[in-house]
Amino acid sequence: MKKIVMLLALGCLPGIAVADDTAWVSQNGLFVVRYQSPSGPLQINTLHSWLLHIEDPAGAAVAGARVEVSGGMPLHNHGLPTRPRVTAELGDGNYQLDGMRFHMAGSWQVTLVITVDGTTDTVVIALTL
Amino acid sequence: MKRLLPITLLAGVLAAAWHYWPASPRSWSAADIEMLRTLSLDSLGPLPADASNAVADNPLAAELGHALFFDPRMSSNGGISCATCHQPVRRFTDGLQKAQAIGTARRNTPSVVGTAYSPWQYWDGRRDSQWSQALTPLEDPNEHNTDRSQVVALIAADPGYAARYSELFGALPDAGDAEAVNVAFANVGKVLAAYERLLLPGRSRFDEYVAAVQAGDSRHQQALFSADEIVGLQLFIGAANCTQCHNGPLLSNNEFHNTGVISFPGDVPDKGRVAGVREVQANPFNCSGPYSDDRSRACAELEYVRTGPELIGAFRTPSLRNLENTAPFMHAGQLASLFDVLQHYNDAPLAMIGHSELTPLKLRDSELHQLEAFLLTLAAPPATDTKWLRAPAVALAAGRNQRQQQQ
Repeated sequence: MKKIVMLLALGCLPGIAVADDTAWVSQNGLFVVRYQSPSGPLQINTLHSWLLHIEDPAGAAVAGARVEVSGGMPLHNHGLPTRPRVTAELGDGNYQLDGMRFHMAGSWQVTLVITVDGTTDTVVIALTL
Repeated sequence: MKRLLPITLLAGVLAAAWHYWPASPRSWSAADIEMLRTLSLDSLGPLPADASNAVADNPLAAELGHALFFDPRMSSNGGISCATCHQPVRRFTDGLQKAQAIGTARRNTPSVVGTAYSPWQYWDGRRDSQWSQALTPLEDPNEHNTDRSQVVALIAADPGYAARYSELFGALPDAGDAEAVNVAFANVGKVLAAYERLLLPGRSRFDEYVAAVQAGDSRHQQALFSADEIVGLQLFIGAANCTQCHNGPLLSNNEFHNTGVISFPGDVPDKGRVAGVREVQANPFNCSGPYSDDRSRACAELEYVRTGPELIGAFRTPSLRNLENTAPFMHAGQLASLFDVLQHYNDAPLAMIGHSELTPLKLRDSELHQLEAFLLTLAAPPATDTKWLRAPAVALAAGRNQRQQQQ
């Protein structure tokens, strides 16, 4: 039921196709992040964008966040093949993340260092392609 | 002691048998079949548009590019054309460790076939389009050793070229107008790219086999692939880890990896991609530069390009389609045969600079031979009209006249 509610909530966001309903909590619990790939399911070797939705633990949308993106494959000791970055804040806690690409199947980590009003916390998103 | 001898011999025979006795194929799982689908040429999408080249898909541009590709006048000694190193009979490679033209180049000649699908050109990705790549050897002292003024003058001096050029781009520039010469030089790259976009990989026995697996047609599968080739394919998508980088229908992720390939004695270790990133960012003929036709300058590859320590000594993953007749292999032709390459991945030596991503595979010799057997099933002629695979009459005549003048 919780999953359905979350899907419905994300589905209400303007222009966003629901792809993943996982809520990723930052290491110190300051932020909750969801990501989606509007171009469809994640595929290797395709340059694509993500939409990030950032909330505080109470569920309020976070505005004015600075997000630094890194990542890689820990088992392969290499990073992302690109240098993605947030290119726009879309309102309602939504951010456009451009320049994403994964060039291998396997286990990836995407690390988001989020800073709001001088307070920083880190979210590590794990995904398998 | 005498009793030990037969036991030792038996152990030796068993060890040798284990090492050399080929494994048998297993049946394909649903996950395997899905992986095979992603590798099949049937999964290759249409050619990606090149917004930086307005004549990329113009037939007249391809015709002019075809003539220039084979024209040896595009060099300081009148003897070197693009086809000197990119030989159609060798799948657009040259059979040498390092390219030999006016001098000796730093690296092995990569194939041109299918490069329209790659966001990066060269082993180190130091160019971001086929057209900007095509310009580079023309001015390299070890390759064509000419310069942009001479190239533009050649176009102007050849009535056939000049007419085609004018039809495509308008009047040729005055020789004294350096900026206009730069634009015309970029246009030469763009017609060469229009030709190179036609060089595409053909459907191989492997692709037929995947179709037979998908259809569940076991009789056709047996007719297409031997047991060794099937095991080789199963290793390729499994224990040999090949598809980590050699993935997608071109068997390449078009990215850069340090695989610990050792430089030749006396050669300075090649920095690879870390140097290539700096060069492509600085190149005036890149996608975001003044000679690009992409008015939006929406050059996402360049915009989000990344460097980092793991790209020291990293080189672009080559496509594995059409490996036959393309030895030697690796970025400077260090490995003489396909089996040598497989042994390299099996042994996973340490890198000279940077860090190799490889770990030893610990495969048996028989398995390496099965992998090799599979890789050769990717052979196929380019899916290109054969008229594009030989010199057009105009370039042949030009070369003949040039030689007569030199005599």
